[in-house]
Amino acid sequence: MTEQAALISMQLMGKDYRVPSGLTIMAAIEYAGYKLVRGAGCRGGFCGACPTLYRRDDSHRIFTALACQTLVEDGMCLVQMPFVPLMTKPYELQDITPRPNTLLQHFPEIAGCVACNTCTRACPQGLQVMDYIQAALRGDTKRTAMLSFDCISCGICSSRCPADIKHYAVGLLARRIYGKFVTPAAPDLSARVAELEAGDYQGVLDELVGMSAAELRVRYEQRSFEAVADGGETHSATKRYNSPVDPVDFQDEIEIEK
Amino acid sequence: MNMELSDGYPESMRESIALVERTRPDRLGCTFPAMSLDERKILLTHFHPDYKADTKRPLLFGPSKGMPLNHELADLFEARPLIRSNLNLNHVDSDLDLLVIGGGGAGTVAAIWAIKEGLDPNRVMIATKLRHGDSNSTMAQGGIQAADRPQDSPVHHYLDVMGGGHFTNRPELVRALVEDAPLIIQWHERMGVMYDKDTQGHFVENPGGGTSRNRMHSARDYTGLEIMRVLRDEARNLGVPVVEFSPAIELLCDEQGRVAGAVLINLETKRYHIVRAKTTIITTGGLGRLHMQQYPTTNHYGATADGLVLAYRVGAELVDLDAVQYHPTGAAFPAQMAGLLITEKVRGLGAQPVNCVGEQFVFPLEPRDVEASAFIRECSERGMGIDTTHGISGVWLDSPMVDLIHGPGTIRSALPAMFRMYTRFGIDMTRDPILVYPTLHYQNGGIATDENGATRVPGLYAAGEVMGGVHGKNRLMGNSLLDFNVFGRRAGIAAANYAKATYVPARLSLAHVDAYETMLRDANIETTRTAPRILPDYRGKEALERYLDIPL
Repeated sequence: MTEQAALISMQLMGKDYRVPSGLTIMAAIEYAGYKLVRGAGCRGGFCGACPTLYRRDDSHRIFTALACQTLVEDGMCLVQMPFVPLMTKPYELQDITPRPNTLLQHFPEIAGCVACNTCTRACPQGLQVMDYIQAALRGDTKRTAMLSFDCISCGICSSRCPADIKHYAVGLLARRIYGKFVTPAAPDLSARVAELEAGDYQGVLDELVGMSAAELRVRYEQRSFEAVADGGETHSATKRYNSPVDPVDFQDEIEIEK
Repeated sequence: MNMELSDGYPESMRESIALVERTRPDRLGCTFPAMSLDERKILLTHFHPDYKADTKRPLLFGPSKGMPLNHELADLFEARPLIRSNLNLNHVDSDLDLLVIGGGGAGTVAAIWAIKEGLDPNRVMIATKLRHGDSNSTMAQGGIQAADRPQDSPVHHYLDVMGGGHFTNRPELVRALVEDAPLIIQWHERMGVMYDKDTQGHFVENPGGGTSRNRMHSARDYTGLEIMRVLRDEARNLGVPVVEFSPAIELLCDEQGRVAGAVLINLETKRYHIVRAKTTIITTGGLGRLHMQQYPTTNHYGATADGLVLAYRVGAELVDLDAVQYHPTGAAFPAQMAGLLITEKVRGLGAQPVNCVGEQFVFPLEPRDVEASAFIRECSERGMGIDTTHGISGVWLDSPMVDLIHGPGTIRSALPAMFRMYTRFGIDMTRDPILVYPTLHYQNGGIATDENGATRVPGLYAAGEVMGGVHGKNRLMGNSLLDFNVFGRRAGIAAANYAKATYVPARLSLAHVDAYETMLRDANIETTRTAPRILPDYRGKEALERYLDIPL
C-alpha cells in the first residue's frame, strides 16, 4: 500500500477493533491477530470455507458474505460461521433412473419449502436458490442444475433455511443427473476412446517417446495449428452453450403442455 | 484508499482505458504473431523470475543434492522436523491398507480408484489439512485438456506438452497423460460432470496457451470446482473415511525403510494420531503459499509444499523443482484482488493483453512462462505498464473483446466466476478491461515417480501437483486438472495392488528423522526453522508485536 488507509471501527466476534478500510473481512481478521485454521480455504471465492454472518449499525437485518470476497465496513459486527453438517444417504448414480420425483425422493425435505426466499437472500454467489429448490420440487432437473451450477457449497443457505433443506446437496445431485442422463454423450469422445483401447496410437506414441529433444523440436516447430487448418476460425462456437447466457433468468417460463 | 473511483478505476487508469478502447476496433481479428522457440528462450532468460540472479541456492544434501531451489523452498528442506524419533509409536490409532495424504483432486481420485481396484473403503483413509476439497483443484477455472476431436490426436497433445515444457518433461509420464486423457473425460461424463456441451453432446473446446488444437474442456469457469465436487460426492457415496484438519507432519517407515503410514496432527487439539498403512500416497498439492520472490499467489491457504519435505525425509527423489510457474494473468487491481487467478480462458476466448497505450505486445496464447515474461518485460524494461495506486503495475487484459467476438452475454455465461469477482469489487469486465500481472501459480516439478506414481521408496506413491516430471519446466493450461486425474487414478490402482501383495508393517519407526537431522548437521546447517510449514502466517504486524506465547 502506498497510501495510508484510514482506520474504521468494527466488531470481530464480539470485540472492538480498528482496522484499515479497504481490507477484506478475512484480511481484517488476520490484521487483528487471528491465525485462521477454520474459516479460510482458497481465499479466492471458490471453496466456501469462509461464510460470515454480520449486522450493520444502519439495519436490523442479518447479512451473509464470504470473508475473502467482501470488504469491511465501518460499524460492521461479524462472526465467522462454522460449517453446516451434511448427512445424506449414499447413492450410486448409475443405479438411479431419473424420474420427475427423483430429487424429491432423495431429499423429501424440499417439500417443506415455504418459499420464504431466505436462501436466495443469503447466497453470497447471488444464486436463485429458492427458485432451484422449487424447480427440484417440480421435477425440473435441468433448471435445478443450471441455476445451482455456480454453487460453492458454503452452506449459508442451509444454515438459514426454516425447512432445514440441504440446498447444495440437492443442486449437486440434480447436476450429476443432468450431466449423466440428460446431456447426450459426446460422440467424438467415445470414438477416440475406442481407438485408444484398440491400441491405434501405440506405434506413433512409441516413436515420439523414443525421440531425442532435437528431433522433437523439429516436429514441434512443424506442427500445424487448428486456427490455420480450419481457415482462420480461431475459436470454436460458443453460441449453443450448455450454460445459459444469463444464469439468473435461465428459462424462467414454465412450459405448459397443450 | 479514499481516492475517487469512476466505475471501479481511478482517473489515472481511466486515461489509459480510453486508449485501449480507441485501438480495440483495429485489434479485433488482428493478433500479434507468436514467437519462435529461440525468441521464447531469449525472453525467458532475461525476464522470467526463474532466471533471476540471487534467488536460488543449491540443495546441500540428500538424493537430489545440488538442485537449485528458490530460497523460500530451500528453507523448508533446511529445516528441522516437528517431532523427534523418540515419539511413542506403540499405540496405532488407524490400521489401514492405504493412507492418502491430501484431500484435493489427486487424493480423492486415488482413493476412489483404489477402492474400485478392490480395497475395502474402511481400510482406506484420506487425511487432509483443511476440509475435503480445499485445494488448488477446486480453484482451477479454465479447463482440462484431452485430445478427443477428430482433428486432434494424442500426438498433437504430446508435442504441445513437450514444447511447453521446453522438452525437459519425462516422456513416459507425458505419454501416460495424453493417452489417458480421453478415458478420464469419459469417466467424468459417466459420473455426471457437467461439461459445456452443445445440443448434440459435443464438448465446447477452446484453445489454451501453447496448444495447437482446441482441446480445453470446461464447465463455465468453474471447471475445477465442478470436477472436485463430483469427485467428493463419489468418495462420500463410496464411504471413504476423510479426516479433516489433520495434516501429516511426518511419514512413518518400517524397519526395512518402507513407508508404513504417517503421523497426523489434529490442528485444533494438537493431539497426534498414528496411522499404520501398507501403502501411502502423497497428494499434498503445491507451494504457492511460500510466496517465492515475494510474489502473490493464486493458491489455496494450505499450499505450503508439506509433501515435498515429508517425502524427501524418507529418501524420495525430486525433479524440476527449480522451475516455478507464474501465471501471466493474476489480478493486479484492485488491491484486494491482487494475485487472484484470472483464468487463461479469458484469453482463450479472444481477449488480448495490451499495454498502457492500448497496443498489443505479445501473442495472447504463448506458453505460460513465455507470456508471463512478456508481461514482466512490458512493465519493467519497456516501461509500458499501467501503474496502480498500491505500488504495483500491470498490463491490460482487454476482456470486453470476448463479448464482441462471441456475442453479448458470453462473459456472463462462460466466465461467471470472473464476472462475479470483478463485480464484487466494483468493476464491470464486460465494459472495461482488467489489469493483470504474473502471480505465483504452480509447482512445475515435484517428487519423482514412474508412470504409476511410484517413488523410489517402497510403499510411497505421489500424484498431482506434488509429483514432478510430467510438465518439465513449464506446465500448459488444462494439464493440471488432467494430471491429477490421470496420475491420481494410476497411483490409486498401483497402490491398491501393492497393498494387496504386501504384509502389514511389523514395527513403525522414525529413524529417518534422526538420519535427516544428521544430514543437516553434516551439511553445517544450524537452524531453528521447522517444517512442514502447514499454514502461512498473515497476522498483522501490530498485533504480533504484542503477542505472548504463553500456555493457556
